[in-house]
Amino acid sequence: MNGIHDMGGLHGFGPVAVDPDEPVFTSRWGSRIFCMTQVIDSLGIWNLDEHRHEIELMAPEDYISHTYYGRWMFAMERILERRNILNREEVDRRTEEIAADRRKFTPLQPAGRNWPLAEGDKVPWGAWRKNEVVEPEFSEGQWVRVRNIHPPGHTRVTNYTRGKAGEVFRVNDQAWVFPDTRAHYRGENLQAVYTVRFDAQTLWGEEYAEPNSYVYIDLSENHLELMQED
Amino acid sequence: MGHNHAHPKKAWQAIRTEAIESLLNEINVLSSDDVDQVVRHYEENVGPRTGASVIARAWVDPGFKKRLLADGLAACEELGIGGPETELLHVVENTPAVHNVVVCTLCSCYPWPILGLPPAWYKSSAYRSRLVREPRKVLSELGVVLADEIEVRVWDSVSEIRYLVMPERPDNTEHLSESELIDLISRDHMIGVARTIELNGQEN
Repeated sequence: MNGIHDMGGLHGFGPVAVDPDEPVFTSRWGSRIFCMTQVIDSLGIWNLDEHRHEIELMAPEDYISHTYYGRWMFAMERILERRNILNREEVDRRTEEIAADRRKFTPLQPAGRNWPLAEGDKVPWGAWRKNEVVEPEFSEGQWVRVRNIHPPGHTRVTNYTRGKAGEVFRVNDQAWVFPDTRAHYRGENLQAVYTVRFDAQTLWGEEYAEPNSYVYIDLSENHLELMQED
Repeated sequence: MGHNHAHPKKAWQAIRTEAIESLLNEINVLSSDDVDQVVRHYEENVGPRTGASVIARAWVDPGFKKRLLADGLAACEELGIGGPETELLHVVENTPAVHNVVVCTLCSCYPWPILGLPPAWYKSSAYRSRLVREPRKVLSELGVVLADEIEVRVWDSVSEIRYLVMPERPDNTEHLSESELIDLISRDHMIGVARTIELNGQEN
């Protein structure tokens, strides 16, 4: 989807602000959200592309203002609700009760909760299927063009490379899950990932590109097409 | 908006997080003890020193360096290093003619087991939007001024492949031990927003 998360090339965000004394976690709640997500990652509730896509579905103004772990909180809540594991009403109520410093919480209704997950309902994590083999379509040194596709769902094609031509620098010929379909449970579509080298002038135009600069980006085979040689 | 509500958003997120954690404990999705362990892992066990130990080993051991450049994660595993959020690792080498720098423009992909968690600036809109378009300008603002003759390579790591920059070993370090070399290498060198390696308290 063409969302605010696809930031490569945007103007207007100002200088990169560096805090040299930044701790590993800048807030306790951020550390809890991140580490709860790490634990849940291993439980088969969601896959990593689905989790990323959920973040992309945030309203753009929230994406910008809620900070990094705020996005993770949003994704966690939304997927847990969709899986019928924890619903928004329960979180809202518990939040209010904690804010009001209640000692006793309203009891939860256990009926109908999709937990624990049945073995068959668990989804695999990870992106490299090591026991599978794929046949890459392109090879190193070939020129490819990034397909001009604007899918409304999840994709790892960046806007700034769409339609642009680059050279295959490396073929990562492992069996990689295709995030664009896996995020929506439309199959893993295992395929090679290519590291494609783009000249800055191709990406940004002669007038504004910096000299002697290149961007290398990893793209799935389904994102690329071979350029016709003439 | 009164003085007693200076950070309403922060307070709201902290309370909501507490609510979620309390509920997830109650319905047995997770236990806070497990979460505590993960927090400790990221605060204490992993960090840029892990990556620095990989780079320093490559500097002193040409065989290891060759293996590292061929298959980063397999070489790291020789040193007992591995973990989530890194399935394949490519180490990219700085030379007098090339400077490498890493970003993820779509989220904030980063080699957690090798460098720990990324700093806030790596996840910032400014870094993610600008690095691919004007890397030299961003780098110069961060103190790395590159002559036009030096090729800049920006690695936009939007797939599940992760990147680590291998800085050049500085001259006059033959007498240093591996652990002294590790001390010279910072997180920023391995992301690529620093280039020169300072020899602390020594003539450069």
